[in-house]
Amino acid sequence: MALLDELILLMLAASALWTVMTRSLLRSAIGLALTSAMLAMLMFRLNNPFAAVFELSVCAGLISALFFCIITITEPLTPEKVREEAGARFGRFRYLPVIVLLVGIVLRVLTVKVDVKIPALEEIADVRHFLWAHRQIDLVGQIIILLCGVFGIVILLKELRKKGG
Amino acid sequence: MISLLILLPALSVIILNLPFGRLMRKIAFSLCLALFVAQIFIVLLPVSAGFEPIFQFNLMVDDLSRVVLFCIGIVLSSALFVGEHVIKDDDQRFNFLNLLLIALAGMNGIVMVKDVFSMYVFLEITAVASFVLISLYRDRDALEAAFKYFVLSAVATVLMLSSIALLLLVSGDTGFSAINAAIITSQHSRLVMMAMGLFICGLFIKGGLMPFHGWLPDAYSAAPAPVSILLAGIVTKTVGIYALIRIVTLVFVFNDPIKYLLMFVGALSIVLGALAALGQSDFKRMLAYSSISQVGYIIIGLGCGTPLGIFGAVFHLLNHAIFKTLLFVNAAAVESETGSRDMDRMSGLAEKMPLTGITSVLAVLSTAGIPPLSGFWSKLLIIMALWISGYRIYAVIAVAASVITLAYFLSLQRRVFWGKLGKEFGHIKEPGFMMAFPALVLAFIIVAVGILFPYLAHEFINLKELTGG
Repeated sequence: MALLDELILLMLAASALWTVMTRSLLRSAIGLALTSAMLAMLMFRLNNPFAAVFELSVCAGLISALFFCIITITEPLTPEKVREEAGARFGRFRYLPVIVLLVGIVLRVLTVKVDVKIPALEEIADVRHFLWAHRQIDLVGQIIILLCGVFGIVILLKELRKKGG
Repeated sequence: MISLLILLPALSVIILNLPFGRLMRKIAFSLCLALFVAQIFIVLLPVSAGFEPIFQFNLMVDDLSRVVLFCIGIVLSSALFVGEHVIKDDDQRFNFLNLLLIALAGMNGIVMVKDVFSMYVFLEITAVASFVLISLYRDRDALEAAFKYFVLSAVATVLMLSSIALLLLVSGDTGFSAINAAIITSQHSRLVMMAMGLFICGLFIKGGLMPFHGWLPDAYSAAPAPVSILLAGIVTKTVGIYALIRIVTLVFVFNDPIKYLLMFVGALSIVLGALAALGQSDFKRMLAYSSISQVGYIIIGLGCGTPLGIFGAVFHLLNHAIFKTLLFVNAAAVESETGSRDMDRMSGLAEKMPLTGITSVLAVLSTAGIPPLSGFWSKLLIIMALWISGYRIYAVIAVAASVITLAYFLSLQRRVFWGKLGKEFGHIKEPGFMMAFPALVLAFIIVAVGILFPYLAHEFINLKELTGG
């Protein structure tokens, strides 16, 4: 693994930790977008531009935008409450960076033995063709899951509008 | 043709949300009922494999799928009737119907796919629909329960996706047959064992088995009544138990570590679920713990690994879907009339609600495995399978837990339905056709399957082949 890849991996872990540990929802959403962007960069480096584009557009783009929308309609905490929550939050997650660091070191030092015969993957000429020819059921499933997600959000927003009115 | 079982519910949701809102709201109940009832009958007919002009779905329907598709139709119809009675707000009822259709598409997908990644996609559809359904009324307990389910479901998702990634690495494909072939070639590999273990643990969480059950009692008890019926009757059975049976019997290799793991988790769920149910005073919470215990029977039968054990597990899955749905319909009737789920506050309700009292007795006796009701036969088959294969200690545990089941359910009957009617319940009555109809149909199935089982077994099932004798 190249030094640059390791650096990206390190930044990915750092932004993921920040996402979990930060006390602000907005910063957490930004952290998630950064994590996705790092992951997309890794995918580009590993010669999978299609996966990288999906990761960048859907996770770093669309999902972050959805989070920002939701955060704008939530009620912020009072400054006193923020101070109280911040202490508890850091207390709860203080071991997390140590655990991530230890696991990283162990995985870096140990060589995981893959004791199976790994088949050669067939070359896919066109991802669009592959998705439509072989994964139609998953595409339909994704449409249904989007429908369901939209439904959940509509229920939430309708309820808020009722309360506001 | 079978792809329509996924496409039609999804299309129905789109159609219901087109303009002409008032008209669509009027036909929503009838449309849902038509789809659910059609599913019950379609699965009994021979079916063709795809809707070729547009889609080329890779689907299959075998006997196991038919049993689960039938259960889905029955349980969703019951939830539909109860929802019509219990959910008073028009908007909430319309949302409930839409989410019911999405859950139908999700569960039908799980049952018919032949690929682990597609199975994961449909597991997520069902899970997301369930989160929203649990929090439909947006009260604090329901939101907390939905959040717990969401978090634990996310853990299950991580485990399953990691497993799928490892399996893809090993087999180069995510289809059932390709993975099975790869696992047979390298079944002693630690990587393969890890992949199988991760997937099974993910399904244990989805199925709410001990010790992965943290979300289940809260979700079942805090959800609106028709959603509890849906969750307890079929959702956890499909996303957890059906998927486990399918994966273990068709994709993975049934080796000793998997057998021991399944039987240990099954026995743990049977005993701890039954003991936890003993101490409950909330009606729905007791049913939730009872569900964990009964699912343990399915898993222990599956873990036995013999044709008789697997047959008993699938039969108990069918029976459990029916009697647990009936018990939750009864709980909904009691809650809608008394406004409470606290069994210590109730007594003598059978005097005012005789139909609910009688159907509850039938469901309770079937759950405890009392002959000649349907639950007796499936438990008998599981215990016979354990005994014949030499797992006698597990057979003894299964019998002993049945006695505990009878004890806590008799306590439920005594506290809620028997004895002298409480003064504050003088005004209550049977809640009406929408609750009575599903209760009667489900009670009829329990009695009919129980009485006809010897005939059905004689005519359609080769018991000699199953017992190896």
